[in-house]
Amino acid sequence: MKPEEKSAELRQEINRAISEQTIEVASARIDELWRREPGPSSAAFIAPHIERLRGQLNLARLRMAVLRSYTVEPVIPLLRAAAFGFRVDLEVHVGDYNAYMQEILDVNSPLYRFEPDVVIVAVRLADVAPELWQEYAVLEPAAVQDAVERVSRTLEQMVASFRQRSRAALIVHNMEQPVHAALGVLDSQVEASQLESVQSINREFRRIARQNRGVYILNYDNLVARHGRVLWQDDRKFFAVGLPIAAHGLIHVANEWLRFLVPLSGRVAKALVVDLDNTLWGGVIGEDGMTGIKLGVEYPGAAYQALQRAMLDLSRRGILLAICSKNNPQEAMEALQKHQGMLLKPADFAAMRINWHEKSQGLREISAELNIGLDSLAFLDDDPFEREQVRTGAPDVLVIDLPEDPMRYASAVRDCPAFERLTLSVEDRARRSMYAKERERTRAEEAFRSKGEFFRYLRQEAEIQSATPASIARIAQLTQKTNQFNVTTRRYSEQQVAEIVANTGWQVLSMRVKDRFGDHGIVGVAITRDDEEVCEIDTFLLSCRVIGRAVETALLSHIAQEAAARGRKRLAGWFVPTKMNAPAAQFYAQSGFECQTKDGECQRWIFDLEIGQIRCPDWIRLNVSEGGGI
Amino acid sequence: MTEALSQQVRQIVSDVFGVPMDHVREDSSPETVETWDSMRHLNLVLAVEEKFNLQFTPEEMEQMRSVGQIVELVHTRM
Repeated sequence: MKPEEKSAELRQEINRAISEQTIEVASARIDELWRREPGPSSAAFIAPHIERLRGQLNLARLRMAVLRSYTVEPVIPLLRAAAFGFRVDLEVHVGDYNAYMQEILDVNSPLYRFEPDVVIVAVRLADVAPELWQEYAVLEPAAVQDAVERVSRTLEQMVASFRQRSRAALIVHNMEQPVHAALGVLDSQVEASQLESVQSINREFRRIARQNRGVYILNYDNLVARHGRVLWQDDRKFFAVGLPIAAHGLIHVANEWLRFLVPLSGRVAKALVVDLDNTLWGGVIGEDGMTGIKLGVEYPGAAYQALQRAMLDLSRRGILLAICSKNNPQEAMEALQKHQGMLLKPADFAAMRINWHEKSQGLREISAELNIGLDSLAFLDDDPFEREQVRTGAPDVLVIDLPEDPMRYASAVRDCPAFERLTLSVEDRARRSMYAKERERTRAEEAFRSKGEFFRYLRQEAEIQSATPASIARIAQLTQKTNQFNVTTRRYSEQQVAEIVANTGWQVLSMRVKDRFGDHGIVGVAITRDDEEVCEIDTFLLSCRVIGRAVETALLSHIAQEAAARGRKRLAGWFVPTKMNAPAAQFYAQSGFECQTKDGECQRWIFDLEIGQIRCPDWIRLNVSEGGGI
Repeated sequence: MTEALSQQVRQIVSDVFGVPMDHVREDSSPETVETWDSMRHLNLVLAVEEKFNLQFTPEEMEQMRSVGQIVELVHTRM
């Protein structure tokens, strides 16, 4: 589907869900639309829908006023849509253009009648100290000093006046440095530097905020710098419609406001729960081993260290860290304890769920163990499948969308408003060690949620094909690499696979899996051999990316059906246990096979094709295509 | 290409003015769309700029008076 079609379809789904009053579906699709295309267009679509959902959802309400010296109206729909992702519902009052001073000073102003919870003051240096902005080159040093003092005194008076009339939080934009200093490079050489005068004002602002409870500085200058000072501006639009910010920057203003609004609304995350493979380190510990995973000071391991550093910073803010991953616990623990590149240590994690259960379940257990509501957990995982599983199975959890590029993982965490704190207590700082001690004490009960609903939503497709010249390399690679879901762990080279394919009586099948998030490529392989009445399963494996999604049953059902069609009476296979293939240990038993014999640790499993049937789950679409000969 | 572009522009017009997609045509304009006022016109301009990574001049903003004109303008600027 083309992106613009997908985009239109999502909007239709939202409209339908709202008219049918399926509120959870509507909110989930709005979230999905916003993740896919955060911007003015989708915001304009989403904002009116939030009003229709209001009252039916548990949203934190916040009354926000903006006092300003420039056009901010186009930011408001973006802010509403972004806030909805954190289940924050905003009532917004925008003060008249350049009327910020009257609104603050006049006890009967629309500002105070609005009874705000939060007030944002968005004013530019050009408005409060035009001489510093435009006439700097002709100013005497004493006049510069006067301007700095005047601006900071004005803010002090505004704060004092505001506090007499309102208990709302006051968020003040600091002053943005001009793109070009009036004196050019000379600005950094002279005593009365223009850029430094702006910094002096900002320093004064910080002092005033520290001295007044409930007053916070929004570092607007840093916001502009972060996104590129030159690209941030749109001077033409400022002169035409009073909007100094280019279109692409508006969402960053909304998100920066949100970093204050989310903690003020109380919708914060108290714990960050992370996956391990390809999130905390690069690669899969069960496949790549201690020496193979990427984690260290050099590229590409540095990306994962950067994420770990961001997590350490969160834990210093009092945010707990926890692990929810699908791994063999011993391997994962070994990496956590001993890998040289690990900045985080096992003691940094307040809870761990390292097993093969659904992650929504792991999160419920962590929530119970830490005694933190599910709505206070944030979840970080590189795998879109797991993210969606959690969104469906534990919808209260805040799921952070990771970009594809691991180098941007740390930013995704640092940008998330749910981790922002406006104050920090001693307890916050000590929380990390407190929980680490308590970890062993509590044990949570296992909670369940409907699996079928989630799988149906995924729209999985399994495409099964006999080996082709194009797929042989991937098939061989999977037999060599796959350790976890692999019943016999037989390794074959490309050449050997080609020889097997050429033998009569052998079948080599590959399985490609697709779902609504995309194409996973070839992730399953089965090699079978007909031996009189028996179809013998030589190899059956699944890449770790698709474990736990029932696609193995799709492949097995196809093998059974084909074997019966060829006149075989039984399906048979060995399970050869290794240190790593526990995830496949129950595969035959759960598929209805009987354990016939044991040979040491090895088990031989039989399925009677004349009596039983192996069904492909009805939520997986099975496509069979003929591969053709070699 | 123009087909996809036209659909993207129509989607933006539909979003910004709150009009169903199938009511948005090439000749939809402030005369035919009731909600097309000056503040929403600014939102429209910003949405088109953001979507196609462009910046329009005030003169161009004035020219964007129908779906067809917007598509043509975006097309020449890309």
